[in-house]
Amino acid sequence: MNASKYLIVGSSHAALEAARAIRMQDDAGSITLISRDTHAPYSPTVLPYVVSGRSSADRVSLRTPDYFQAEAINRVTGQALTRLLPAEQAVELEDGQRWHYEKLLLATGATPVIPPVPGLDRIDYRVLRTLDDAIALRDAAGKAANAVVLGAGLVGMHGAENLAEAGIAVSVVEMQSQVLPGYFDAQAAELIRAAFDRQGVTMKMGRRAQRVEPQADGCRVHLDNGEVLNADLLLVGTGVRPVTDYCQGSGLDLDQGILVDDHMATNLPNIWAAGDVAQARDFYSDAKVVTGILPDAVEQGRIAGMAMVEDPALQPYRGGVPINTYTFYGQQAISVGISDTADTAAQVAVDFDAERGYFQKIILKDGRLQGISAINAALDPGILWQLILRRTDLSEVKAEFLAQPLETGRRLMSDTWR
Amino acid sequence: MGTAYNSITFNQAKCDGCGDCMRACAQAKAGSEDLIHARIQILAREDAPVELAMCRQCGDPKCVSNCPAGALNKNPESGVIDWDANKCVNCLLCTVGCAYGGITFDAAVGHVSKCDGCDGDPACVKVCPTGALEYSTAGSLYRRISEREDLFVPGLSACQGCNSELLIRHTLRNVGSNVVVATPPGCIPGMGTVGYNGRTGTKVPVFHPLLTNTASMLAGLKKQYNRLGRDVTMLALAGDGGVGDVGFQSLSGAAERNEQQLFLCVDNEGYMNTGMQSSGSTPAGSWTSTTPVGEAMQGKRTDAKNMAKIMMMHNCEYVATASLAFMDDYYEKLDKALEASRRGFAYLHVYAPCPTGWRFPASDTIEVCRKQVETNFVTLWDFTPEQGLRFTRSVERPAPISVYLKQIGKYKHLDQAQVDHLQRRVEDQVRSLQAFTHMSAAG
Ligand SMILES: Cc1cc2nc3c(=O)[nH]c(=O)nc-3n(C[C@H](O)[C@H](O)[C@H](O)COP(=O)(O)OP(=O)(O)OC[C@H]3O[C@@H](n4cnc5c(N)ncnc54)[C@H](O)[C@@H]3O)c2cc1C
Repeated sequence: MNASKYLIVGSSHAALEAARAIRMQDDAGSITLISRDTHAPYSPTVLPYVVSGRSSADRVSLRTPDYFQAEAINRVTGQALTRLLPAEQAVELEDGQRWHYEKLLLATGATPVIPPVPGLDRIDYRVLRTLDDAIALRDAAGKAANAVVLGAGLVGMHGAENLAEAGIAVSVVEMQSQVLPGYFDAQAAELIRAAFDRQGVTMKMGRRAQRVEPQADGCRVHLDNGEVLNADLLLVGTGVRPVTDYCQGSGLDLDQGILVDDHMATNLPNIWAAGDVAQARDFYSDAKVVTGILPDAVEQGRIAGMAMVEDPALQPYRGGVPINTYTFYGQQAISVGISDTADTAAQVAVDFDAERGYFQKIILKDGRLQGISAINAALDPGILWQLILRRTDLSEVKAEFLAQPLETGRRLMSDTWR
Repeated sequence: MGTAYNSITFNQAKCDGCGDCMRACAQAKAGSEDLIHARIQILAREDAPVELAMCRQCGDPKCVSNCPAGALNKNPESGVIDWDANKCVNCLLCTVGCAYGGITFDAAVGHVSKCDGCDGDPACVKVCPTGALEYSTAGSLYRRISEREDLFVPGLSACQGCNSELLIRHTLRNVGSNVVVATPPGCIPGMGTVGYNGRTGTKVPVFHPLLTNTASMLAGLKKQYNRLGRDVTMLALAGDGGVGDVGFQSLSGAAERNEQQLFLCVDNEGYMNTGMQSSGSTPAGSWTSTTPVGEAMQGKRTDAKNMAKIMMMHNCEYVATASLAFMDDYYEKLDKALEASRRGFAYLHVYAPCPTGWRFPASDTIEVCRKQVETNFVTLWDFTPEQGLRFTRSVERPAPISVYLKQIGKYKHLDQAQVDHLQRRVEDQVRSLQAFTHMSAAG
């Protein structure tokens, strides 16, 4: 049987960061990365830019081949993990080969959720999660005239902008009443939606695709209000779910994702999970959540790697905070922490100027930052994230912080870090 | 092996907030007078120290880890985090990774920008009129010190790996020759500083007071020099016993009278040169020859007293703690202490792990120093009556105390309850010190 001291499944952000953390402490123990993808490691986040042409498939790799050589990291590519054999400390891959491990990290990320819309299974629709998906979407965009995008989350919005920029008539169908729910409140979302409107993208908010019908040159999408949209390109961006099919029968505790503790350890010995596949502590509640964002995949990957290598400097995970930076039509939207609250004890300060397309919303509670979301405002998301995680007491500088979050945040951080 | 890179350092105490650095940066990087383009941002405010936002060229950069496009990389040659315009997709996720405001979106140019070190010749450093910005390596700091004369003779007989020898040589190099040194009984005279065969081990006047009267003897000498109109530094190099136990009454008296002297405590947590007996600075649980490990006893039963804190309560001109794993911090404090000793009493407490007495390999001394600080077992701070207490290194997110203890033989026997006790003690000390950061005028 093949064997690796540290076996890591996945080769994206969580996996690579874990490998790095392990090598910091253990320069000899064997590390093997297994990935079902055949490309050099890349990030799903870069894919919209491969579609748009701003980047390209040969420029997106996160590590050079030299890196793996220099760090003595093995790679197995084009092989999906299909089964866990925890009793034998081993895993089984697609082609039947088995790998024995001392420590195993599951960093298999997420995969698109396909909604149960009747007829969808008979359509050649597109999704966007892998580099091959991006190449296929880019090629399809080259031939399409009318596109329908299901979902106004990050994938849908990026996709819609890319397709519209390629000269295609685009409609976005979103079940909820606003774009990017969870990251922006209705007012901010409306600013973003309006920008798409202005660019000629048709935004069907609060609408559901009821059924899809194949056509000779594409499909017809029937909405719940009776409207029918013709499309020669259908992009499904209705969310993602963790990749956990290989966990069947292993005894691993699953909910939406693989349940982990604050060191990213699962319930089974010597198995950790991190990134989009993991369900870990929420920052704001006692619940466990799948955050599904890149900075958290990095954070969790590092914690898992440190735990696996027993790095004494390991600090427990401080909880998932929703974060996003979103650029659309040259404008910057930023969201760190919660963007809306029903809590009457919270203080909410909104600064809004539709004319300039400017929005800034700060939510404080008990003198501590809960969340900040903004469009076209200069902010340091990294500093704001730290202020939230550290529950930094802002009571003494509250007025200043509300007036100048950038400068005040920098000053506070510089002071604590000096 | 790691490499030391040149980097831009910021000395807050020297910065007057003039903003020349920002102007030079905006000019060099964007040919503009608009400070929005400056990649170094100083944050000046009335009645508060100047703070700084800029790229720290981290060794473990999160901006790089967060980049989905491979556009950021730490350059192994220069140490600078390079940004590749051709790969950047403008997603701004790098800005989520940075806690220093070191990589930010520049709306005027439409992409992120960060300090690139100006190819080794930073424009900001060149124009800094106060010397608050410097371009240096950790190594160049040592080189600068080594250019000054070593005022101890070669061949002092300290144990291998001795922290104290390193400390006193560096200290005297900085203090210079216009000094009278007092070394009460302890390792420092023991290793030969007071001399052999009628010759001293220093190139400056040195004497060997009693353990009990070091501070009073220096006080008397200083008065006599003052009377003669000569400005001479009075320096005590004392062990923790000569400071906190038998030396305490004269020390406390001199501090109370605000005598002009610099009293340096080299704390190796016990009487190491006479056979490793316990002192008032010996932490609970430590094995020493007077607190043995056996059936009746498991090392020292009582906690160490915090001498630096006690001296702070004397409201001295200057009090600081230091560790040899953080030399730049020590040098800064030494300068301040010297300056303060012209006006009155200055006290420096330097932690000095002892390979022989504590039982760890001689090659690990600095690592032990570092772990003391990283676990908050030792906290780095300074105090003046005007400023109050200020941490010079963050006490947030310490490593667990076990990381420190496990390196050291004198703690080998500790059970979990003893480890937990020390952990609690560390946390209590930090909390107590933190309370003092909020009061500006003690006493
Ligand atoms: C279009 C798009 C835009 C995005 N934009 C943003 C954004 O702006 N900001 C943000 O924070 N996040 C964004 N994300 C999300 C972000 O990309 C993810 O959070 C991040 O990539 C998670 O990293 P990960 O390592 O956990 O998993 P993934 O990146 O999903 O990687 C999973 C890895 O596991 C491998 N794998 C999967 N299953 C198996 C198996 N069975 N066997 C072997 N290998 C397997 C895959 O090949 C891959 O290497 C975006 C995602 C997409 C798709």
